Amino acid sequence: MGKLLEVNNLTIHIKTHKGTVQAVRDVSFVLNEQETLAVVGESGSGKSITMKGVMGILPKNGKVVGGNVMFQGEDLVKCSEQKMQQVRGSEIAMIFQDPMTSLNPTMKIGKQIEEMLKEHKKDMSAEARKARVLELLSMVGISNPEARYKQYPHQLSGGMRQRIVIAIALACDPKILIADEPTTALDVTIQAQILDLMKELQKKTKTSIIIITHNLGVVANIADRVAVMYGGKMVETADVTNLFHNPCHEYTRGLLKSIPREESKGESLYAIPGTPPDLMDPPKGCPFAARCEKTMKVCQEFMPDYFDCGSGHRSACWMLDERAKNFRGGESS
Amino acid sequence: MLKYTLKRLAYILLTLWIVITCTFFLMKKLPGTPFDPEHFSIMSPQQQEKVLEMYGLNDPVPVQYIKYLKNILRGDFGTSYTYVNQKVTDVIGGRLGPSALIGIQAVLLGLAVGLVLGILAAWRHNTAIDYVTMIIAVLGVSVPNFVAAALLQYYIGLKWGVLPVGFWTNWACSILPSIALSFSPLAQVARFTRTEMLDVLDQDYIVTARAKGISQFKVLTRHAIRNSIIPVITILGPIVVNLMTGSLAVENIYSIPGIGSLFVDCIKANDYPVIMGITVFYAAFYMLVVLLVDLAYSLIDPRIRLAKGKED
Repeated sequence: MGKLLEVNNLTIHIKTHKGTVQAVRDVSFVLNEQETLAVVGESGSGKSITMKGVMGILPKNGKVVGGNVMFQGEDLVKCSEQKMQQVRGSEIAMIFQDPMTSLNPTMKIGKQIEEMLKEHKKDMSAEARKARVLELLSMVGISNPEARYKQYPHQLSGGMRQRIVIAIALACDPKILIADEPTTALDVTIQAQILDLMKELQKKTKTSIIIITHNLGVVANIADRVAVMYGGKMVETADVTNLFHNPCHEYTRGLLKSIPREESKGESLYAIPGTPPDLMDPPKGCPFAARCEKTMKVCQEFMPDYFDCGSGHRSACWMLDERAKNFRGGESS
Repeated sequence: MLKYTLKRLAYILLTLWIVITCTFFLMKKLPGTPFDPEHFSIMSPQQQEKVLEMYGLNDPVPVQYIKYLKNILRGDFGTSYTYVNQKVTDVIGGRLGPSALIGIQAVLLGLAVGLVLGILAAWRHNTAIDYVTMIIAVLGVSVPNFVAAALLQYYIGLKWGVLPVGFWTNWACSILPSIALSFSPLAQVARFTRTEMLDVLDQDYIVTARAKGISQFKVLTRHAIRNSIIPVITILGPIVVNLMTGSLAVENIYSIPGIGSLFVDCIKANDYPVIMGITVFYAAFYMLVVLLVDLAYSLIDPRIRLAKGKED
């Protein structure tokens, strides 16, 4: 499996009237071919903005101020808008969180899928385009595609709309599919269906998937690898099994601990105390230091490097440093 | 859809009847008579009686009202008192042309410029063009159209002599009044479009469109504009009616023989049939335009189409 996408030290700032938010700070990750990478973290940790930065669809007040995004030998950050328009949709496609609002309410469903083909497959004939749209519709499990083709989004249920959004994203056989919380806005039973659909389609189309989520159940279900984000930083990356069985970062441990479990029925749920850092004025050291049970002086002052925990498992926590071995277990701070 | 339209038409008739009734009785309460007091008072009582009978004015008001309703049902709106022997429909028809022409031109101009300004202002939010648009919008709403009319007439008509200062001889005469009248709709449309457009540009489906890799221009034309002009259509109804039925002040300033000035003249002269005629015309026209706007609305917004289908 080769590297498909490589993000190095990506830094994104968002200007607001209150000040500049350092939404993404020095984030690096790799996406391999045919792999599913889950990016997890709480709201405001910079997951979505990182991916929008990769796609070049940041909001107007957002800007990539450092780092690069290497895709097929090119740095997407430095690409012209025109070049990016060719990449978006055809090479890297995106699915969004809320299917109720991510489709144009006044455009027929067929048209919305076709638009993608029109843009990127200019030599396709009108008949071929329509045939492809109908094929896509049945591929994402929409029954009676011929009739659906002419319908408007409001005539479909949330789950169906998300299928349409997926059909749009897959129209041009993209190499990378970025799914921004694709199941968050859906009913639980529909969530499972959509995840199954994505897994099934990935097998067929050999697409690499980046899935943004804050649902660790989703991660366990679909991902090969996981990247944990906190406070605009990527704090830990590992294989799914590794991450669940041997979390190395205190934040990841906290996340795993806060999943409700059958055994702990009746007990109150665990929650990590405190609130995430203000990214308008981010802490000098580890962003999680203020909430960490095992925080040390060094955590407040210096951002930890990535420590290798074996088999590609990397974590940015001072506890992993040789010199901190004595502190492990949290007897001292 | 047909059933809905018929239902609306029935309501329009009902409303018209209420309008006619109210106007009829209120009009009769106006002081004075349609007749010149100097000449009327020197007539003998018999003569006075005869004149009143000729115009059907000696009956009690409710009887006159019933008669009037019967006549209307037969399509007879009576003859004017001031324009002797002319049918009310002809009197109004003769004055309608100039008002309608100026009105249509003003609406089209205001709509075109307003939409473009509104869209640009939203697209280039917080830039010079946005601020200029907002200034124009505030001025357009707050400066009365007769001020604009007078200024245009003075500078463009009189001082620079580019266009006629007034009267109604050729098409050029309609340009200045149309411009003067277009400021208010222009301002309203620009402001409304800008607000709607800003809202739409923030929507998720615009991000979806961008993620498809289509150009900014196509995002704007294919996805943003249609969704943002839907609400603009609602304010179009009242604007169209206001302008097409004439503006008294602007028509006076440019000496245009329009319907606005006719209305005021008739009220001053107690020309009952014409007052009633214009009222009925205004009311019917207004309601028909509103109906058309609603129908247009459902054509542009597929969600409304369905909602109405359920209602039927």
